[in-house]
Amino acid sequence: MNYQKMTIMDMSEKDPEKLFKEANTLAHQYQEEYNSFVTILDTFDMTDGKTKLRGIPYALKDNIATKGILTTASSNILKDYVPVFDATVYKKLKESGAVLVGKTVLDELAMGGTGTTGHTGIVKNPWDKTRQIGGSSAGSAAAVALGIVPFSIGSDTGDSIRKPAAYGGIVGFKPTYGLVSRYGLFPFASSLDHVGCFTRSVKDAAIVTDIIKGYDENDMTSLKDDGKCYESTIEQDIHGRKLFYIKEICDKNLYQGKSEILSVLDSFYDNLKKLEEIGFEIEPVSIDKDLLMALYPTYMAITCAEATSNDSNLTGISFGIRGEGKNIQEMIMDARTKGFSELIKRRFVLGSYILQRENQEKLFLNAQRIRHMIVDKINTLFQEFDGMIMPSFGSLPPKFEDSSDRLSEEYLLLENHLCIGNFGGFPSISIPSGFLNNLPLSINLTGRCKEDDLVLNMAYYMEKTFGYQGIVAGGEDHV
Amino acid sequence: MYKAVIGLEVHCELKTQSKNFSSGENSYSRYPNTNLSPVDLAFPGILPVLNKEGVKKALKMSLAFHCDVPDVLTFDRKNYFYPDLPKGYQITQIRKPVGTNGYVMIHVDGEEKKILIHDTHLEEDTASLDHFGNYSLIDYNRCGVPLLETVTEPCIHSSKEAVAFLETLRNMFLYMDTSDARGDMGQIRCDVNVSLMKEDDTELGTRVEMKNINSFNNVKAAIECEIKRQTEILKNGGTIVQETRRFDDVDMCTYPMRKKEDAIDYKYFPEPNIPPIKIDKDWLARIEEEIPVLPYERCQNYMKEYGLSRYDATNLVKEKEIAEYFEQTIKEGSDPKMASNWITSVILGYLNKEEISIRELFLTPKMLTELISMVEKGSISSKQGKEVLFKSLEQEKDPKSIVQEEGLSQIGNDEEIKAIVMEVFGENPKAKEQYLAGRTNIVDFMVGQVMKKTRGRANPSITMKMIKEEMER
Repeated sequence: MNYQKMTIMDMSEKDPEKLFKEANTLAHQYQEEYNSFVTILDTFDMTDGKTKLRGIPYALKDNIATKGILTTASSNILKDYVPVFDATVYKKLKESGAVLVGKTVLDELAMGGTGTTGHTGIVKNPWDKTRQIGGSSAGSAAAVALGIVPFSIGSDTGDSIRKPAAYGGIVGFKPTYGLVSRYGLFPFASSLDHVGCFTRSVKDAAIVTDIIKGYDENDMTSLKDDGKCYESTIEQDIHGRKLFYIKEICDKNLYQGKSEILSVLDSFYDNLKKLEEIGFEIEPVSIDKDLLMALYPTYMAITCAEATSNDSNLTGISFGIRGEGKNIQEMIMDARTKGFSELIKRRFVLGSYILQRENQEKLFLNAQRIRHMIVDKINTLFQEFDGMIMPSFGSLPPKFEDSSDRLSEEYLLLENHLCIGNFGGFPSISIPSGFLNNLPLSINLTGRCKEDDLVLNMAYYMEKTFGYQGIVAGGEDHV
Repeated sequence: MYKAVIGLEVHCELKTQSKNFSSGENSYSRYPNTNLSPVDLAFPGILPVLNKEGVKKALKMSLAFHCDVPDVLTFDRKNYFYPDLPKGYQITQIRKPVGTNGYVMIHVDGEEKKILIHDTHLEEDTASLDHFGNYSLIDYNRCGVPLLETVTEPCIHSSKEAVAFLETLRNMFLYMDTSDARGDMGQIRCDVNVSLMKEDDTELGTRVEMKNINSFNNVKAAIECEIKRQTEILKNGGTIVQETRRFDDVDMCTYPMRKKEDAIDYKYFPEPNIPPIKIDKDWLARIEEEIPVLPYERCQNYMKEYGLSRYDATNLVKEKEIAEYFEQTIKEGSDPKMASNWITSVILGYLNKEEISIRELFLTPKMLTELISMVEKGSISSKQGKEVLFKSLEQEKDPKSIVQEEGLSQIGNDEEIKAIVMEVFGENPKAKEQYLAGRTNIVDFMVGQVMKKTRGRANPSITMKMIKEEMER
């Protein structure tokens, strides 16, 4: 079997060193064209773990601390930073026997959804090099979509795993907030940050999550061990499971004349029918459109506010590149002026403005209120429904030349609903669901907190129904 | 005339094994940057883990301040850039601190006064900076050490009250072993707000803040010179500017630092990495049970129950160990006043002279009680008692054996003395005759003879009485 198409299960029993060599060769081979990696590791280094991940090559997003290995967060301010400790997720993977192949490119400091703002250059979509793979976990998505590694680790604050997974035709899973420790993840917005994985099958996502989850005494927001094995419950019966989708976002009447969106929605509704045939019950529900329109501004207000504080440690004083100046203020200012790109500075300015005493009530506290309103609404729906099913995106991945900041209505709604999963800490997974113009389509499933097992279980049958498990960019699966 | 209105913010480092949000060791080290964890240096990806011991000690203090304790504790971030703050923010408590609306009773000039506590909250200390010619060095050892900030209402009206409050507060920390509260090590520091108002006014004047004053003497001096400065401005028809001033302890003056317009907006917001912490009611009850009787209460008890003077009572409660020594001495059976006298007039002086603590004292409360009882019974004189006490401390022997070994115990027994007196009369058959002939000083000679025979152990007054009786018989 071709290495690039192998899932984790296919790789078990294979020689770990040979697998690493395959991964390493491919990583180098694709690097110039797609730019998935900040660092490619050329030395095979495996701890003899006794798990299903023993000997499996994987990639880590470059905002996850790896002791002794450069970790840049794709930012100039950390371009030479080598951590002194291991992130918990990396430690767990190391102990499981998984073999690190490289550290992947992200949007600078995980802020952004384009994969174009890393300090080492843009990441390209393996299905179409003129298009974005999305971000911020751009390199982790590309590495799995290209078949370099069967799984990779990313972080997700708004949709940073699930959106690039969707654009890349692979599975992206963001578990319940606190299921996977954030210790060692360079923070973007702590209350929304999640660690999760990219794979080419739902079952692989369960296998990886089984390894990386668990209580961590270094992370006060981490959940107590649930004692479950997600892989073992993945095939449970889903008959009668109830799902909803949001009418105000998926209604075709909203997108008259926009053929691409309409085609995406056609595929979505076709898939819903297929799911009904295998036993799911699916209904549209209505959510106040004003509330939905507030998703993106709310997300921006909270993330910018938290980010401006979280990244205040990047001063070049106790680590990083020391700035120049006559006094300490000037040195800090110089390091930060040179170290961050304009986009990042813009977010910091926004965040500071939002947190200012005179703006807190109107901007920051209102954003928190809206966050709660949305989460309350979804939780109410989750009393009746087992999950929310939505298209992962409404438009195909943007082309590099025509990406814009325009805030049109469809941009606000179809492209920005995934942050609901972060607002509520809900487990949420994107699965490839079809093709349009030779580019993968994707469906997203979001479930109740701490029911990651059920989400994976339902996603497993969806994947089976859609039939796009294990697709690799450029392969003959291109439909 | 003007009345001073003073508010204090007292920062005190709590005594814990590790830091407030990391596993870094919380201990003083003269070697810079040795008590550190990656969390203290704010490396990317670190997360705070709240120290339960720090919370416990903070809650204990909050309860001792009679504060309201919330059901749930929350933490917030205070954001500002400064090289002593590696995260770029300090984790503190704004919304639900460990305590609000409390009070502390103090004694000032023989009067009692209630100092109102606005709140007390748990936060983390910063790194320490040493400035040299054209460079500065950072020592992160102190960074992240648990700090309890206690904020009073503006209810203090003199430097004397301020210092009395600070001393009481420090004593409370020491009594509860929640801090060593040593000013010389920066473990207790104080921000002082001073404003003036006309005696009959109801509105507070403009306040001036002085930050980070590290000794009680300097607090006193800073308040006094600020009152003087502001009084002069107001007398001359001027107005006070709201500002932060720096107190210089070399020339004992305050200097402008920052105007109100330049005040930093700390952009407080909830710390997302520490979920709200529910306080278990049983746990809180157990913490409350651990609070010892505090100095103010003990002082009241000593005056009321034992009839001690405020002066002596205050001296006894200054240190918990001394108060406990005193109480144990009473438990062993000593009269409270006697015990107080011996401790305040003899033992405390000795401790001072030798620069040791009462814990290191050889003499136990039981031994002291025995000594007191020997004096009370008259088996030794109080002068001898003191000598025995010092010998006991010097030789590390209990007083009883010293008295025995040196044959010091007085003969107070009438029969025994009588026998010796008769012996002396037998040896000096002419004594009575001479006495009756008017040579009354022969009595002293006879007493001297008895003392000689008993090596000074015979009770002198009994001996004297018996000799006179015998002469006049």
